[in-house]
Amino acid sequence: MRSSLQQVIHWVEPNSRVLDLGCGDGTLMAHLIEHKGCSGYGLEIDRDCIISAVSKGVNAIERDLDNGLGEFGDKTFDTVVMTQALQATQRPDLALAEMLRIGHEAIITFPNFAHISHRIQLGLLGRMPVSKALPHQWYDTPNIHLSTFNDFERLCDAQNAEIMDRQVMTRTGLGHTLARLRPNLLGDLALYRVRGRTL
Amino acid sequence: MLLSTPFDLHFDEPLELVKGQRLDGYDLRVETYGTLNAAADNAILICHALSGDHHAAGRHSPDDPKPGWWDAYIGPGKPIDTDRFYVVSLNNLGGCGGTTGPTTVNPATGELWGPDFPDVCVRDWVTSQARLADHLGIAQWAAVVGGSLGGMQALQWAIQYPERLRHAVVIAAAPKLSTQNIAFNEIARQAITRDPDYFEGRYVEHAAIPRAGLGLARMIGHVTYLSDAGLGSKFGRARQDGSDELFQVESYLRYQGEAFTNRFDANTYVLMTRALDEFDPAGEQSLAEALSVAQCGFQVISFSSDWRFNPGRSEEIVRALVDADKPVNYACIPTEHGHDGFLLPHPQYEGLLRAYLSRIEVSA
Repeated sequence: MRSSLQQVIHWVEPNSRVLDLGCGDGTLMAHLIEHKGCSGYGLEIDRDCIISAVSKGVNAIERDLDNGLGEFGDKTFDTVVMTQALQATQRPDLALAEMLRIGHEAIITFPNFAHISHRIQLGLLGRMPVSKALPHQWYDTPNIHLSTFNDFERLCDAQNAEIMDRQVMTRTGLGHTLARLRPNLLGDLALYRVRGRTL
Repeated sequence: MLLSTPFDLHFDEPLELVKGQRLDGYDLRVETYGTLNAAADNAILICHALSGDHHAAGRHSPDDPKPGWWDAYIGPGKPIDTDRFYVVSLNNLGGCGGTTGPTTVNPATGELWGPDFPDVCVRDWVTSQARLADHLGIAQWAAVVGGSLGGMQALQWAIQYPERLRHAVVIAAAPKLSTQNIAFNEIARQAITRDPDYFEGRYVEHAAIPRAGLGLARMIGHVTYLSDAGLGSKFGRARQDGSDELFQVESYLRYQGEAFTNRFDANTYVLMTRALDEFDPAGEQSLAEALSVAQCGFQVISFSSDWRFNPGRSEEIVRALVDADKPVNYACIPTEHGHDGFLLPHPQYEGLLRAYLSRIEVSA
């Protein structure tokens, strides 16, 4: 399992009710159900992924996240998770607001567009970055709303979301200590645990 | 090849019907596939739709040209795997496939029930299916599965006998009919009852069959089960061979209507459409409240081009189940076959059913 998923699993409280937005083949939810006694649903747009998730014992529901999550009531889940999908939504700001509304907590992971390798490709070579974290060409990428550590924290601020925890992942594990000091420059993947501030 | 033999079971215990009438006794025509295990925990009930019957799978003889209506999905190694499950399929009360209904004799009068067969509804069917389960020694179904009106029975099961099923598979269904659905059913009923050969439902006594009306009802129904795109890609604007005037789709519909009148009873058609119209398990409650008693897991499936019970109707069921915090899976299968998609082979539909039913634990 990816180490980023292990971090997400670590953040989810045992026996909690989880909504996984863009659950893919259900790997994360299946692990949470089996090892942490969690319950809940995974939403996914890809039917072949849904079939995989169902065969893993996950409650998988076909859903285009861009159609909104209006049917889910306020604070009906302990944790709403979105791994590597925020950048592919039509409106990441609305997605974050909905996660904060539906869940007591939200866990979000996304590729950091400001990573130094991306900066070099764009800044020096003058080309849209392609990397392990962002493997697509500019014309066929599903990642239409790329952002950085700094951008995301500004969005959280604008939505009055409290950042409970933040982790930085690097591709190799090398330079991890440095990346923690300079996440926006050296982090490949951003992981956030946030919640709405009680007013 | 899966060979099946229908059999009749007689029930003596009177059945008080929801609409107030009562059946003193009745027969159910049944087929089963596979073997009930010692723990009796591998039984799956198949519920049929408007024009279906007990013959869901297999053939009645090796040279039987046509298998059961859901043979694509039921059989050895198929998604509803008869090597693993004991599959039970019946003709519902009021049907015309051998179960007590308008085409059988009312013991009180010695005459055919005809139009006097009492109004039965989905809840009555589920009650009779529970008695069938008792008779077969099945305390709890591993799953109750159905498409369209059959899916509504699966939903009703989850509410009416929550402890008697572990899974409900609700396919191409709706929590209740829309106004448009009822309107189409009424057109079908009018077509039948206005046929001069209907004779107030006593056509058998007049040695007649309301073929024109029943055929027309079927043609209307058939068009609503298909999609515009599906009809278009099947027939386009092509003409019938040897004809300058007749479109292929006309010929097709006439054939479908005619074929239906040879196998289906007009009174049963009226009765079944009424049962559809009346289905509303939530009533004054919200659907989530009605489903809050359910103890089973749910698999809900819709079909993209289905406009009879469109995907939004299935999503109403899914939303209610999420609100009620019930386990549910859902997918909308992309197809141009419309409502009929639930009967036809499709790799993702098959994959999803297989993945879900594989999760069901059964004793050896």
